[in-house]
Amino acid sequence: MSFYDETLSSLHTKIKNKEVTITELTEQSFKRIKETDDKIHAFLTLDEERALAKARELDEQEADNLFFGIPAGIKDNIVTKGLRTTCGSQLLDNFEPVHDATVMNRLNEKNVVTVGKLNMDEFAMGSSNENSSYATARNPWNTDHVPGGSSGGSAAAVAAGQVPFTLGSDTGGSIRQPASFCGVVGLKPTYGRVSRFGLVAFASSLDQIGPITRTVEDNAYVLQQIAGHDQLDSTSANMEVADYTSALNQDIAGLRIAVPKEYLGEGVDEGVKARIQEALAKLEELGATWEEVSLPNSKYAVAAYYLLASSEASANLARFDGVRYGVRKEGEDLLDLYKKSRSEGFGDEVKRRIMLGTFALSSGYYDAYYKKAQKVRTLIREDFEHVLNSFDVILGPTVPTTAFKVGENSNDPLTMYLKDILTIPVNLAGNPAISVPCGFSDGLPVGLQLIAKPFEERTLYKVAHAYERATEHTKVKPEL
Amino acid sequence: MKFETIIGLEVHSELKTNSKIFCGCSTAFGAPPNTHTCPICLGHPGVLPVLNQRAVDYAIKAAVALNCEIAEETKFDRKNYFYPDNPKAYQISQFDKPVGENGWIEIEVDGYKKRIGITRIHLEEDAGKLTHDDYDDASLVDFNRVGTPLIEIVSEPDIRTPNEAYAYLEKLKAILQYTEVSDCKMEEGSLRCDANISLRPAGQEEFGTKAELKNLNSFTNVQKGLAFEEKRQAEVLLSGGEILQETRRWNEDKKETILMRIKEGSDDYRYFPEPDLVNLYIDHEWIDRIRGGIPELPDARKQRYINDWNIPAYDAGVLTQTKAMADFFEESVEVGADAKQAANWLMGEVNAYLNSEGIEIEEIKMTPKGLAGMIKLIEDGTISGKIAKKVFNEMMKNGGEAKQIVEDKGLVQISDEGQLKAIVDNILDNNQQSIDDFKNGKDKAFGFLVGQAMKETKGKANPQVINKLIKEGLESR
Repeated sequence: MSFYDETLSSLHTKIKNKEVTITELTEQSFKRIKETDDKIHAFLTLDEERALAKARELDEQEADNLFFGIPAGIKDNIVTKGLRTTCGSQLLDNFEPVHDATVMNRLNEKNVVTVGKLNMDEFAMGSSNENSSYATARNPWNTDHVPGGSSGGSAAAVAAGQVPFTLGSDTGGSIRQPASFCGVVGLKPTYGRVSRFGLVAFASSLDQIGPITRTVEDNAYVLQQIAGHDQLDSTSANMEVADYTSALNQDIAGLRIAVPKEYLGEGVDEGVKARIQEALAKLEELGATWEEVSLPNSKYAVAAYYLLASSEASANLARFDGVRYGVRKEGEDLLDLYKKSRSEGFGDEVKRRIMLGTFALSSGYYDAYYKKAQKVRTLIREDFEHVLNSFDVILGPTVPTTAFKVGENSNDPLTMYLKDILTIPVNLAGNPAISVPCGFSDGLPVGLQLIAKPFEERTLYKVAHAYERATEHTKVKPEL
Repeated sequence: MKFETIIGLEVHSELKTNSKIFCGCSTAFGAPPNTHTCPICLGHPGVLPVLNQRAVDYAIKAAVALNCEIAEETKFDRKNYFYPDNPKAYQISQFDKPVGENGWIEIEVDGYKKRIGITRIHLEEDAGKLTHDDYDDASLVDFNRVGTPLIEIVSEPDIRTPNEAYAYLEKLKAILQYTEVSDCKMEEGSLRCDANISLRPAGQEEFGTKAELKNLNSFTNVQKGLAFEEKRQAEVLLSGGEILQETRRWNEDKKETILMRIKEGSDDYRYFPEPDLVNLYIDHEWIDRIRGGIPELPDARKQRYINDWNIPAYDAGVLTQTKAMADFFEESVEVGADAKQAANWLMGEVNAYLNSEGIEIEEIKMTPKGLAGMIKLIEDGTISGKIAKKVFNEMMKNGGEAKQIVEDKGLVQISDEGQLKAIVDNILDNNQQSIDDFKNGKDKAFGFLVGQAMKETKGKANPQVINKLIKEGLESR
């Protein structure tokens, strides 16, 4: 049995028909992880003993829902009670949360089996997984290449067939970019659609948890389960969750697609461009129409993002001082303890962003940086609003390139930052966006990004599912 | 050279909510260290704050009672600083949009009335409590207090004397207690005060350099600290010195302020809007609902006592200083006590008792009904003033009704002339020397005879009747 040939619903049918036990399913997951993770490094922590114990327990019960007994991997910045949560950082190497994130409660109440925690760039800061303070996760399609980031482990695990689905988090593209690099489906929900309670904050006004799956259908199921208002998160939207699965298997005739010229312009690889144009042609074939539009303020997005996200991060990460939890480095006095714990506990990229954010918030600079960036953010949101008033979705590549080689950009933060140029504006605007596989360029996957109005995840699933049905991209498996 | 003193006060007051401002933990005082904590107030990774609406209600209430303009739209901000009492390394506070602005308090001090402006009132979370253990050379942190809702009330630099500062604090405390927004117990830290003070040559417009005073743990110490600082700064200036912008600590043992640190520029807290909370909109209905729940405030009560019950202004001021005292007074009158008599007892005996025992009026056993009953018994002659003291002491310690105590202890005054005449005659018969002394012009002898009669009746004799009978007896002998 291989997860490549299954979906949530096919697994559920097999469990119900006793064709497979949950123990077997869980064992299959660990077996596949052990076979492949020496090369992929998707997991930071495995919870094998507890997962198998739970599986055996579940085998005694009736499978009463689609998620019953399904193995899952969780990005390591989502807190899991009693299960080490490192955020990819040495500073939290020994941190065991005392409570579960809201999304974990939502999965646990359906008896999902958590197999372990997934590799990521430290505190979700990075686009390649090279900022993980543990081993760099690798791209299952070519292990010389990065899986993307920061949810690199989450995307790689699904692409490597280790688990049927994973959760990631997306602050500037951290779900969509690795999904694109690894040839899987990743969705960043509308800001506020999924509770952030229990997501270790990087940039609170941008972070969203979302699903990474092999198929669009599975993605819709997972989002359906984790979305919704949470009293513990004041920024979660108090509105009903749409029925995402009803968006599947729909006709998209008459769909109006906007293609921003900025998304197929300079810096976008020819191979990527070609796949996107093919996808567009396919959607046209399915009855959609498209027009070129402009998102004129997108060019300021990366600059605004690095100011805002880093500013918030500088405060969010200030609590990690080694005193109450995490790894403490003893010092001569309190200040020395803080300095040593943080200097030794954080990696370079995290320090770079803390310093950038601290600077941007400092008195005398606040107006020129933080405040101005907020204004840019408003303009970017207005760009999206304006376009989506006349169109159902915005379409473009998720990333301008395919997965690059490990080490290729690691000494050049600025080039690395620009990899997120097509995903970042969406976080700033708060809209939902999905990345779906749309073919390959030089043997590496290319991702198609679709962006919709806030809380219109249904539209994304409708279009993505129609596209998926009309193509074979999600059926290709990497050789590992 | 004459100097003018400029004082501004920053008061932090804990709100009386049952739970903390951003989580469900209890705010009760005095629990064992770190028992009223949860992942949220401890700032564990991944947690988020959820605003306690009751804390906003209280902040609005205080702001309305202090005559502030209420912000229609307000928000929270992060104030960043590293310190072990602050587990998130930022405090959720309000920076540029406080709940209330531009308020005032009217004070009366040394015979004049004055308005002190209130710059702003904002909501924030309290920090934990540090205890320095010299024995172990360690600092201990108690996070029970972290996340307790606070309002910070910043006055305008309108205060000119330490006495004005004292009066401002007394009035502020009274208003916060009347509105039941805060306990205002300085000893439990539910009210804390920092003071800024500077001097400028009389007539100069520009403010001098200020010092900030900390560790002022009572209103009296605020007054003393400011008085000390006023003198210290004047001496420095007169000797040609310069006042530095410093933080100074009041040392209660030495009765002086001590330099803690010299401030260079202002601290940079890198405030920015709290992204984990949404903006807060306070509409007119909300404000009206809160306004409707504000009870009569001390000044209005004081005026009513003066107008309706002819209570002297000074007394009315003392009676309304705390809500508990004013409530006790009014309840006594409601159940039948003469207002002036009740006021006299409260201002005199009750206050003396509270001071000597070091307790609050809430803690005494005597009820307003008890006090009213006792006053009635005095008025109708059932007990004498002297007996009343006994009844009073009994009620203060054990409660009960005055009438019952008088009956149980047989304290009823003897006014029956026939009964008392026999006693008086007997005393006169046995004290010829005193009769002679009296007749020779020694008035003191009269008092002695009265005393003998009171002693004989264990103080129960009606003094007026005794006086009359002795007078008659002396005349007839």
